[in-house]
Amino acid sequence: DTSLAEVNSFSPSMPISPSSMTNQYKFEDEPELRDLFITVDDPESHITAIETFITYRVVTKTSRGEFDSSEYEVRRRYQDFLWLKSKLEEAHPTLIIPPLPEKFVMKGMVERFSDDFIETRRKALHKFLNRIADHPTLTFNEDFKIFLTAQAWELSSHKKQGPGLLSRMGQTVRAVASSVRGGVKNRPEVFIEINDYVETFSQKINVLDKIAHRIYKEEREYLNEMKEYGPIHTLWSASEEDIADSLKGVASCIDKCCKATEKRMAGLSENLLPILHEYVLYSEILMGVLKRRDQIQGELDSKVDALANKKTEKDLFSEEIGKLEDKVECANNALKADWDRWKQNMQCDMRSTFTNMAENNLRYYEE
Amino acid sequence: MEDCLAKKMEITVSEAEKRTGRNAVNIQETYTAYLIETRAVESQSEGQCAPVDSLWRRYSEFELLRNYLSVTYPHIVVPPLPEKRADFVWHKLSADNMDPDFVERRRIGLENFLLRVASHPVLCQDKIFYSFLTQEGGWKEMVNETGFQLKADSRLKALNATFRVKNPDKRFTELKHYSDELQSVISHLLRVRARVADRLYGVYKVHGNYGRVFSEWSAIEKEMGDGLQSAGHHMDVYAASIDDILEEEEHYADQLKEYLFYAEALRAVCRKHELMQYDLEMAAQDLTAKKQQCEELATGTVRTFSLKGMTSKLFGQETPEQREAKIKVLEEQIQEGEQQLKSKNLEGRDFVKSAWADIERFKEQKNHDLKEALISYAVMQISMCKKGIQVWTNAKECFSKM
Repeated sequence: DTSLAEVNSFSPSMPISPSSMTNQYKFEDEPELRDLFITVDDPESHITAIETFITYRVVTKTSRGEFDSSEYEVRRRYQDFLWLKSKLEEAHPTLIIPPLPEKFVMKGMVERFSDDFIETRRKALHKFLNRIADHPTLTFNEDFKIFLTAQAWELSSHKKQGPGLLSRMGQTVRAVASSVRGGVKNRPEVFIEINDYVETFSQKINVLDKIAHRIYKEEREYLNEMKEYGPIHTLWSASEEDIADSLKGVASCIDKCCKATEKRMAGLSENLLPILHEYVLYSEILMGVLKRRDQIQGELDSKVDALANKKTEKDLFSEEIGKLEDKVECANNALKADWDRWKQNMQCDMRSTFTNMAENNLRYYEE
Repeated sequence: MEDCLAKKMEITVSEAEKRTGRNAVNIQETYTAYLIETRAVESQSEGQCAPVDSLWRRYSEFELLRNYLSVTYPHIVVPPLPEKRADFVWHKLSADNMDPDFVERRRIGLENFLLRVASHPVLCQDKIFYSFLTQEGGWKEMVNETGFQLKADSRLKALNATFRVKNPDKRFTELKHYSDELQSVISHLLRVRARVADRLYGVYKVHGNYGRVFSEWSAIEKEMGDGLQSAGHHMDVYAASIDDILEEEEHYADQLKEYLFYAEALRAVCRKHELMQYDLEMAAQDLTAKKQQCEELATGTVRTFSLKGMTSKLFGQETPEQREAKIKVLEEQIQEGEQQLKSKNLEGRDFVKSAWADIERFKEQKNHDLKEALISYAVMQISMCKKGIQVWTNAKECFSKM
């Protein structure tokens, strides 16, 4: 597929090696061919004079040739993950980079270092790295490899290299400029559809997230009341003779219901809530990706316009335009491919998560 | 139980109607009237249905009936009426006396009351009760003519007796404690149950929101669309199912409430016993005092300090004639007192015997009823879970097809 091969030549940080080319675009999930296994665990807190922060242990096991060893263990902090994400976004502006857990959680006033918060974040970071590993393009990103393998000091020195602040600023300026120009004139049909979809999806997923949280809350309150309900029956049985056993029986059943409710709630918080949240973040990311694609196209369009006005330096321009057109084409293709992949994944996730919820509820009622 | 009224007669409270009328102080008010239907039970006659008699009564007339019965049969645990005002409500239930659900539950409660009275071996034979069921006009006057209000013991007297009684029958003291405990535990239970119902309602109803969003979401999806849509439908079913479930639970709550109010009836019997016992003790004390007085006068010794003794010391002894007269009076009084004491004792023992018999009957009824109520509650919970299983199995199928 020639168009796919072109993507390769335009990504600066992509290692062009024969083996990676064949691995390039695997759309079907083939778990048996996974050769990169990552876990994030063991949060530890570090206290320095200036700040307190948490690091997580990142363990990588791989059979890939380009890795010098088959096992790596490093410690990373949240900042490092942020760095990785921004590098990936830079390198692949129109690929869908997985979401990171948020910096803070505003509502609920969760302590920055509460156990629940750390655990939730750890799980999300684990998911983040694994999603990158599963992505046919991103998994071979050089910065990703460094993230997984470099020692702390190696990583900091590597971070200091790279395009740096100025070029990033340049990107931002271009972005602002293009949005000032007011949208894109010839957005292809496909992307209009995708845009509409993402807008609606984003709305719906946000509402679902809220509903799920509300249900969790109501269940917690229900549990609290039930905890008081059972013991009353035991108390009553103390004043009775004949019906004491029946009352004690009811009390123990209520206790069992409480335990079943706790299990149900755990199922929600371990499964449904994190996934819904992840897709809330995803919908934001999607909007970002679509915007960036629009930007790139905007650049192309403006250059085409400029060409139309300046007949003279045609050759120069046409070469630039040629490059930009390619760029746009690649970006579009990358996005489309990724989009399809993402949707499949999402479907899978949603399916399994809701099925899981249904199973949970089944178990609850059966108990 | 052989010749209790319930066996001879079918009693139902079949309807409730809103009425307006003028009350005692000539102000217009709205109240609910209940239709009582009675029909004699024929024995094995095919195709022969006795005619149905019916009349309308309002809640205040039921109250009057119950007060009459409590005063006239103080040794009986008189069945309680359903609550006057809606208590233990949770947010969906209204506290309005005119609310149709409340009226309906009250109708059932009133019917239950009549059936309990009619199945009671003693109460069912009461004439006033019978006329309550059958005589439309003039019943109120008939009740008032019995003068039962005069027989009622004053609350103050009863309170006094409760504090001062020295030797009540132990069983009654235990019973009083039991009824206190029963009342407190049942009202606590009902309160928490109302809160649990509220929360459960919330959980189910929020799932209904899923239904709406799923259906909206399915509009933009292709492969997932059908699965989402049908799953959403099941969420709606789930959310709607809670209404019926909780309505059934209200009946369970009403059964418990009846025994909550029965606790008060138990206490009333205990109070009567305490009153009688106190009366007895006072009479005995009085008698002893008089006997002592008599003895003192007869033997001329002053055993205990008394004002009379002092004054006679100061102002001189009475004449022998005066003393004789006094002794005579006292002897008469003592004889009267002994008679009274004997009859009071008898009364007391009779009361204890018949009250205790009724209490035993009540205990059996209570154990039976509560056991059944608990069983039906468990059955309700099982059915709720079965419904849940069905809904979520369906939903799961829809989800797996997404």
